[in-house]
Amino acid sequence: MAQAAPAGAPAPVLALEEVTKSFGSVRALRGVSLALHAGEAHALAGENGAGKSTLIKTLAGVHRPDSGTVLLDGAPVTFHGPADARAAGIAVIYQEPTLFADLSVAENIFMGRQPLRALRRVDHTAVRDATAALLRRLGVDLDPERPARGLSIADQQIVEIAKALSFDARVLVMDEPTAALTGTETDRLFAVVEALRKEGAAVLFVSHRLTEIFRLCRSVTTLRDGALVASEPLAGLTEDDLVRRMVGRDLDALYAKRDTRTGETALEVRRLTREGVFHDVSFEVRRGEIVALAGLVGAGRSEVVQAVFGVDRADAGEVLVRGAALRRGSPTAAMDAGLALVPEDRRQQGLVMELSIERNIALTGLHTLGRGGLVRRAAERARAGDWAARLRLRFDRLSDAAGVLSGGNQQKVVLAKWLATEPEVLIVDEPTRGIDVGTKAEVHRLLSELAAEGLAVLMVSSDLPEVLGMADRVLVMHEGRLVAELPRAEATEESVLAAATGRTGAVRRTEAAALDGEGTP
Amino acid sequence: MRQAGGKDDAPVREAGGEAARGEVAAGRRRTYAELLRWDTALGVLLVAVLLAGAGGTEGFAETTNLSAALNDTAEIALIALPMTLLVVAGQVDLSVASMLGLSSALAGSLWDAGWAFELIVPVCLLVGLAGGLLNGWLVTRVGLPALAVTIGTLTLYRGLASVVLGNKAVADFPETYAQWASYTKTVPGTFVPYPIALFAVLAVGAAVVLHRTRYGRAMFAIGAQEQAAWFAGVRVNRIKLVLFALTGLTAAFAGIVHTLRYGSARADNGIGLELVVIASVLLGGVDFNGGKGTLGGAVAGVLLIGVLNNLLTLNDVSNEIQVVVTGVLLIVSVLTPRVIAVAGERRQRRTAAT
Repeated sequence: MAQAAPAGAPAPVLALEEVTKSFGSVRALRGVSLALHAGEAHALAGENGAGKSTLIKTLAGVHRPDSGTVLLDGAPVTFHGPADARAAGIAVIYQEPTLFADLSVAENIFMGRQPLRALRRVDHTAVRDATAALLRRLGVDLDPERPARGLSIADQQIVEIAKALSFDARVLVMDEPTAALTGTETDRLFAVVEALRKEGAAVLFVSHRLTEIFRLCRSVTTLRDGALVASEPLAGLTEDDLVRRMVGRDLDALYAKRDTRTGETALEVRRLTREGVFHDVSFEVRRGEIVALAGLVGAGRSEVVQAVFGVDRADAGEVLVRGAALRRGSPTAAMDAGLALVPEDRRQQGLVMELSIERNIALTGLHTLGRGGLVRRAAERARAGDWAARLRLRFDRLSDAAGVLSGGNQQKVVLAKWLATEPEVLIVDEPTRGIDVGTKAEVHRLLSELAAEGLAVLMVSSDLPEVLGMADRVLVMHEGRLVAELPRAEATEESVLAAATGRTGAVRRTEAAALDGEGTP
Repeated sequence: MRQAGGKDDAPVREAGGEAARGEVAAGRRRTYAELLRWDTALGVLLVAVLLAGAGGTEGFAETTNLSAALNDTAEIALIALPMTLLVVAGQVDLSVASMLGLSSALAGSLWDAGWAFELIVPVCLLVGLAGGLLNGWLVTRVGLPALAVTIGTLTLYRGLASVVLGNKAVADFPETYAQWASYTKTVPGTFVPYPIALFAVLAVGAAVVLHRTRYGRAMFAIGAQEQAAWFAGVRVNRIKLVLFALTGLTAAFAGIVHTLRYGSARADNGIGLELVVIASVLLGGVDFNGGKGTLGGAVAGVLLIGVLNNLLTLNDVSNEIQVVVTGVLLIVSVLTPRVIAVAGERRQRRTAAT
């Protein structure tokens, strides 16, 4: 009710004008503008990879724009680092706050700027009293003396907000703060944010939960592929309008999934659980089928496939390959059974960057490349050369370090090293992330061909058009649970995103499908 | 086969022209880089030092001196073999000299108690194996960093050595064994003492393991990017455990060689030797961060430090100065590849700019 009318207010507290930011060849932000007004809560919406994080980091002083300006009270400023942004009164609360676990709540809030007594001794009484006052102002019941270790994520966020208050932040940026919160915790957080807003703070709120956006905010900026789609008041918009703005792309002809006849079940996952990460996940993948595992970042998709492959250990549940149960926590057992995992993170998990292309490709088949532990170099080289040719890898020498290749070619090496194991089930996690369009199309064609040859493919992807274009079935995860199973005909951007964001109407409809598909025990 | 994406790349759709030219230039640069490989350079340096020593220092080239010089490096050389594999796999064992001391003390104590030497040796080796397994267990199962674990066991094993033997010294070991370890008895027809002959055989074995077997491939992968190795189905923990066990075993064996060579079993035998071993391995071009290095380089590093120390002794340079020289060599060995890399990057940037 006391929202300051932005129309009359002269300049926004903080604004971006035509900001562009690229990382290598990836253009994360292309000419994005945004204005935050005192006493107003503004939402930032967009799919994974739309540029939201980059925008937030630009506001927080972590990134400097390649072009365009950051305006503070209408005057251009340059932040040389997070400290500058904080000095300007900008506080950023991340999804997972980073507190010093062994320090008290009060020490965390005043870290580095404690009130001092004579001889530069920390005035502990003043620190504690000031913290108690801040927490009272936020209306929360937390002991300033207790250590941060063991605080719930919600309480940690409150501590971060108290920290922001303590240096009189005028802009509060919150990056998916509710992702890990329960309903009541979210209510409390919103009450605190609402109070701050009424005191005149500008709030930027990022959430995948559209209902929360409508509840907390008055206006919204939507990004897609790094570009601004719209910046508008929320009044008059529906959730569906917002979803359409977020995804609104045409499905191009990039995705060449052939129709295949599906065979018997190759991979079956039964009630797989890893405490605190994902729960009771069951599904199956048949020969000749591409099954996509969709969901938002943090929904637990990569964690599920890593537990299936055994690099992470599941706490409960079973993984069966062609009917035989796998030993838990053993990638070797998974490989022997015919599983292959092309992991999400090429640099850390997919490749040994310092090793040569041929050694990387050989790494998954060392026991087949010679006798008695000896590796025959000719066999090693032949395997690498063979697969390099089949995947049309562009390289200079097979003895070059994998790290010198482009992202797309690195991904081909990862694919080569796993296809060379002649798997029955191929799991690919974000197979085309960060690679160029041409290679992307090649990867899609390859996956399609492999499925046509009878391989079972499980694909984790955050790229919705890719999911819809490639998958015969789409499984959707939301907060560690499988919430929907959509056959190709029913999978649309709207239905997948609705399930992924946990919107109730959609979930009810799709839960039925999920139950049908699984024949629940 | 090598040129799968090379000239006849009609099916490749990416624009190739510019990239291909860059690749050719990179290829030419690499040929120079191979000539400048650290272990090759070190081998050349070793030969140069040997020639200079033979020319400039009286008594150096005599076979007795060469035998003695070689034999003086016996323990360092032996332990350097498994240490090289460990460091390639991104691990390190600082407890080796303490294990050497423990093995020596145990041998002395058992000999004192009237045990047969033939029985003492396997007991010492078993203790070494157990100590190595403890290191490996703490690293792989408990998940502590190797540096922290082996600093702890460095103290522990040395402490145990003192418990076993106190500050006594035990001597008078059987002559046949003492002879075997002495530089005066050499492999017939050569100036190579037996411990060094054994080292040579083991070095060939270690080189084959590191550079020709799947275990060696796995070690490089673990050292360079452990997570990627694990994701590729490499049994990371098993390989680390075996390497620590082998290192403990070798250190215990080196303890017996040390005891026989000096004819004296003491709890403080070989104090500080772990640093010389690691210095030799790093001087040999093995990257302390793991994932890079050759066994040949490490052997050259051991020999270079041994030969230099011998030359300095022959020229009446004090022990303290020898330590300083080793230290300087180590710093140079760590710095030089960095300097070369930085220079290479600069050149590349210049090439890119033009």
